Amino acid sequence: MAGNTTEKWQGGLLGWIDARFPLSSMWYDHLARYYAPKNFNFWYYFGSLALLVLVMQIITGIWLTMNYKPDATLAFNSVEYIMRDVNWGWLIRYMHSTGASMFFIVVYLHMFRGLIYGSFKKPRELIWIFGMIIYVCLMAEAFMGYLLPWGQMSYWGAQVIISLFGAIPGIGDSLALWIRGDYVVADATLNRFFAFHVIAIPIVLLALVVLHILALHEVGSNNPDGVEIKKNKDAKGIPLDGIPFHPYYTVKDIVGVAVFLIVFSAIVFFMPEMGGWFLERDNFFPADPLKTPEHIVPLWYFTPFYAILRAVPDKFLGVVAMGAAIFALFLLPWLDRSPVKSIRYRGSVYKVAVAVFVVSFVALGYLGTQPPSPVLTNFARLFSVLYFAFFAALLVIPMFEKTKPVPDRVTSS
Amino acid sequence: MKKMLLVLLVTMAPAWALAAGGYAIQLDEANIDPTNKQSLQRGARLFVNYCLSCHSAALMRYERMGKDLGIDEKLVSQNLMFTGGKVGELMTVATAPADAKEWFGTIPPDLTVIARSRGVDWLYTYLRSFYLDDSRITGVNNLVFPDVGMPDVLWELQGWQKPVITTVRDHDGTERKVVELELEEPGLLTPQEFDRAVRDLVNFLDYMGEPAKYERRHLGVKVILFLLVFLVLAYFTKREFWRDVH
Repeated sequence: MAGNTTEKWQGGLLGWIDARFPLSSMWYDHLARYYAPKNFNFWYYFGSLALLVLVMQIITGIWLTMNYKPDATLAFNSVEYIMRDVNWGWLIRYMHSTGASMFFIVVYLHMFRGLIYGSFKKPRELIWIFGMIIYVCLMAEAFMGYLLPWGQMSYWGAQVIISLFGAIPGIGDSLALWIRGDYVVADATLNRFFAFHVIAIPIVLLALVVLHILALHEVGSNNPDGVEIKKNKDAKGIPLDGIPFHPYYTVKDIVGVAVFLIVFSAIVFFMPEMGGWFLERDNFFPADPLKTPEHIVPLWYFTPFYAILRAVPDKFLGVVAMGAAIFALFLLPWLDRSPVKSIRYRGSVYKVAVAVFVVSFVALGYLGTQPPSPVLTNFARLFSVLYFAFFAALLVIPMFEKTKPVPDRVTSS
Repeated sequence: MKKMLLVLLVTMAPAWALAAGGYAIQLDEANIDPTNKQSLQRGARLFVNYCLSCHSAALMRYERMGKDLGIDEKLVSQNLMFTGGKVGELMTVATAPADAKEWFGTIPPDLTVIARSRGVDWLYTYLRSFYLDDSRITGVNNLVFPDVGMPDVLWELQGWQKPVITTVRDHDGTERKVVELELEEPGLLTPQEFDRAVRDLVNFLDYMGEPAKYERRHLGVKVILFLLVFLVLAYFTKREFWRDVH
């Protein structure tokens, strides 16, 4: 980190800047002399991909804002105006709508990586916390963005989610009213959601991403072996298992970017609705406050938590359970006290627990998209219990777990 | 006369309850061909003649339609625009919403993106599922959309259908009632010709739902080909850089 004070900066423009701004030292600290473990695998693509999607969302979002009208009487039509009359408007809009879903796919995979390799453990607890706050902001960003097209699902989805706040005893109704700015979701709601979606939350997101990366670069990256590479350094103080992020991981991540963009383009150009998963059919009906759709579902990335909400018979307790399902993730660094980070060196009980957790999460995601029925609700209850049981298991497993010996150095990638 | 049957197998009991959402109805496949310009042109003609007097397509411009469907601007304004005006205008409707509400009990929805919300199979089946029903003020009802406010505007092409209710036994032994629609009075078109006409119309509605669809697919092929080449270059660049990592 601090190894650059010995550098004598060159003259010229760069020297002039470096005397006034730490340009070269930032370059070295975060890229050219940021030593990352050499054994990153498939799971390590998703951090840089999340950054890519964030940038894409911001840029396409700016261009959408140029023609979008945050007005209840104009919003729906202005989106179709973008789709028809704005040059390349359809491409910008589909990139943005596809980007929203891809953001969650990439972030879920990124979080899963953190889970299985113990990247949230000491000394990386703050990276995990910042990441979790990013995730919560992302959910708020997606939820508010989804209201903007002002279709039936936009409208009724927002109506349902905001009414959840109404379940809080005492202040609930006033709180929901305060959030909406009206007795139902209306123009006032659309306007404030627009403000949050295009300004407030993106600013917070960007700041959090900076914090996330600064915290990461302070302690260094974890890796699939869960080995601290800083424990083994050469005479110059460079980790023996480390390679400079640039150029090694920049060129490697570009390969990941190419693969990602191929998948992304396949969706944008050939199936932007993704069979109703990314753009719901009902959302091509303009919002109608007098006509409730038969089956209101949030978009897929919220459905695991929505399923937990519906699995609990009491509305308020359902909201509490849903909040707890997200909050439990924040606590991971303090729940899982095993000194072994990576799943590679942990016992089979832990591996089974992770598998059950993944299955539960995916199953809940599916159940959240389905109309409720007694059988499905029972399944949702089962998987909700398993979801929470995972966190309890993390507390207990290290007490009896037989872990494998962790190597001193990373294994060959 | 041989009666041509338009068969819709419907489970009676839940059908009437659920049909508004179209869940219990076995929808016929529309099998549209979006690359068939002639079909789209015929569909456009049907659309402006039979739909556009009550329904708007207020997010679509005549000019764009003409350009995409290969119809000359002059022909568009002579044959497809009944309201006068300029070809750059939107396909709005002259009927005042308040009048429409009084006549049909509801405001006819805008049809610009109806194919995206309903789906082409739903539209194809719906438009062919009107049947005589004296209890309705329009004299017709619809299997796919029970008690719909819309009259059977295509009756002169299709003729009139009446429902025939039969009981069938499923392979598991349960009995259920099935509604079939039978042509009572033929229209100007034979059933096959009528199906084709509705297919053309649905094809046009699908086009109108997303005029950029063909441009999008066309561009998509080029973008993905470029990315594949880029991927190969990126992969070998990575391999070259990583040769010294052991």
